[in-house]
Amino acid sequence: MSHYEAPIREPLIFGDKSYHDISVDVAAPVEGKANKLWWIAFSIALTAFLLGLGAISYTIGVGIGVWGLNNRINWAWDITNFVWWVGIGHAGTLISAVLLLFRQKWRMGINRSAEAMTIFAVFQAGLFPIIHMGRVWNAFYVLPLPNALGSLWVNFNSPLLWDVFAISTYLSVSLVFWYTGLLPDFAMLRDRAVKPFQKQIYGLLSFGWSGRLKDWQRFEEVSLVLAGLATPLVLSVHTIVSMDFATSIIPGWHSTIFPPYFVAGAIFSGFAMVQTLLLIMRKVSHLEAYITKIHIENMNKVIIVTGGIVSVAYMTEFFVGWYSGSSYEDYTYLSVGAATGPYWWAFWSLITCNFIFPLTLWFKKARTNLIWSFILSIIINIGMWFERFDIIVIDLSRGHLPSSWTMFSPTFVDVSIFIGTIGFFFVLFLLYARTFPVIAQAELKSILKSSGENYKNLRKENHE
Amino acid sequence: MSSTTIQAIFDDDDVLLRAVKNLKDAHYHIEEVFTPFPVHGLEKAVGLPNTRIAITSFIYGLIGLSFAIWLMDYTMITDWPQNIGGKPSFSFAENMPAFVPIMFELTVFFAAHLMVITFYMRSKLWPYKKAENPDPRTTDDHFMIEVSTANDVKSLEDLLKKSGAKEIKTKA
Repeated sequence: MSHYEAPIREPLIFGDKSYHDISVDVAAPVEGKANKLWWIAFSIALTAFLLGLGAISYTIGVGIGVWGLNNRINWAWDITNFVWWVGIGHAGTLISAVLLLFRQKWRMGINRSAEAMTIFAVFQAGLFPIIHMGRVWNAFYVLPLPNALGSLWVNFNSPLLWDVFAISTYLSVSLVFWYTGLLPDFAMLRDRAVKPFQKQIYGLLSFGWSGRLKDWQRFEEVSLVLAGLATPLVLSVHTIVSMDFATSIIPGWHSTIFPPYFVAGAIFSGFAMVQTLLLIMRKVSHLEAYITKIHIENMNKVIIVTGGIVSVAYMTEFFVGWYSGSSYEDYTYLSVGAATGPYWWAFWSLITCNFIFPLTLWFKKARTNLIWSFILSIIINIGMWFERFDIIVIDLSRGHLPSSWTMFSPTFVDVSIFIGTIGFFFVLFLLYARTFPVIAQAELKSILKSSGENYKNLRKENHE
Repeated sequence: MSSTTIQAIFDDDDVLLRAVKNLKDAHYHIEEVFTPFPVHGLEKAVGLPNTRIAITSFIYGLIGLSFAIWLMDYTMITDWPQNIGGKPSFSFAENMPAFVPIMFELTVFFAAHLMVITFYMRSKLWPYKKAENPDPRTTDDHFMIEVSTANDVKSLEDLLKKSGAKEIKTKA
């Protein structure tokens, strides 16, 4: 029996839907043909991806000297992009794991796509440190393999190595969490499929899922335990990424506020990316009944909270830097020096995009406005990119030694690789949207009776 | 005397739950239930014991933690200690704080992956495995109970019908 839910709570599934309708609606994008818009989007993404692939090949062939890095600024767009993509990945796990532990039913409409976004984003993130190694064929040196490196081992004291473990654990655990959840939905597609090819593919992908009672019992237990494991994992990944900076002695990086502030920023940018993707997908794949205004508004609420945390961190950093009276703090990425110096435009982009614009979400009108949510989600993504750019480039540009102060300008290779990862991300997401069940339909069916609009109305009539 | 297995199809989870309770009250043996989504309270109604998969995950986590401790002690302290930035490289206890992140990551890595592998093995889920739900509708919106009985098939069928079964057939 489904749990009782008060009729006053807004429904999470609109329309007069039955269990079968959910299957039909979720299977429709998979079984139908791609429209023109999809092909246009896919072609653009693929072109961008190929551009990036070319730039990556060029970098590997010639060496990272083709990037804009210089003696002083030896981390720039690559690590900015790395942190940006990892951060974007955080929303998926937060939605599927943390919201599962908090029993937030609205996660069920969006968790599948959010997790797909996580996995695709972490793919992009993982590319950057590997390319930055220069000799990519030696990338396996980061693994503690016996005898591969003579008698030497990797350095477990280094946050960069922690990153290797954190990111690979995060990626692989997210992947199995996602895949396990997909099994019943692949089985649904398999049993509906008419074309023999689809039947075969989804039969293979569903691992022979039959929906036995014991399987469901284990499935739910495994989901719960994975959620419990993934929750600290989400927090740990960006904590460790922030330690890449925080454990160094560069002014602006050497900051104890970094771990919580990075995690909040990651969730902030991740939710913005989920908004960007889902606002389009619900329209294109006709999922308005499942990804409703409530979902969008709830995500906007998470954005206010995490954006608020980030804003408070900005103010704290700015104030403490000034109050410390240390001249080294005068040019950190949150300081008077940054606001008025040669990188003023990067500083103010950060403040405008991440601090000022998200304040509009305090108004319900803005929060429930889909067009504004979409525009804002892109603004936040830009702002969060600038945050990482500011932390890395502004801080490095003004070090302890004024004679080495310098500026950074990216080359076309830097830019192309970044565009390439955006293209790769969208190639993966567009393919996913056409071949995967984009909504966790099995889970959604289990809340239809408690949170569906038609059942809610039925209960309302019977009570009154 | 051989027993007969009856397959009954339902199209609503609440009706299914009531039917299971009726069958249990009449002391029938429920062989299997196929459902398109997890029906809450069903495993209790059928009388399924709790799964122990969370316990295995805990054990796997401990193995991961021990492995992490062993790995870092062996590589950083025993096999090839180095002076890295003046950190205490010759004592595990003193160097331990720097090892905490990897201990955590490997604990999670082992606990999660080995638990999922255990789940796939125990539930017999792997690529190229043939699906075993007798009716394809049970992954969409129908529910199936398989009940076996040794003697009176007729009264079982009556009970199922009375409980709201849409279709009843004998398992081949």
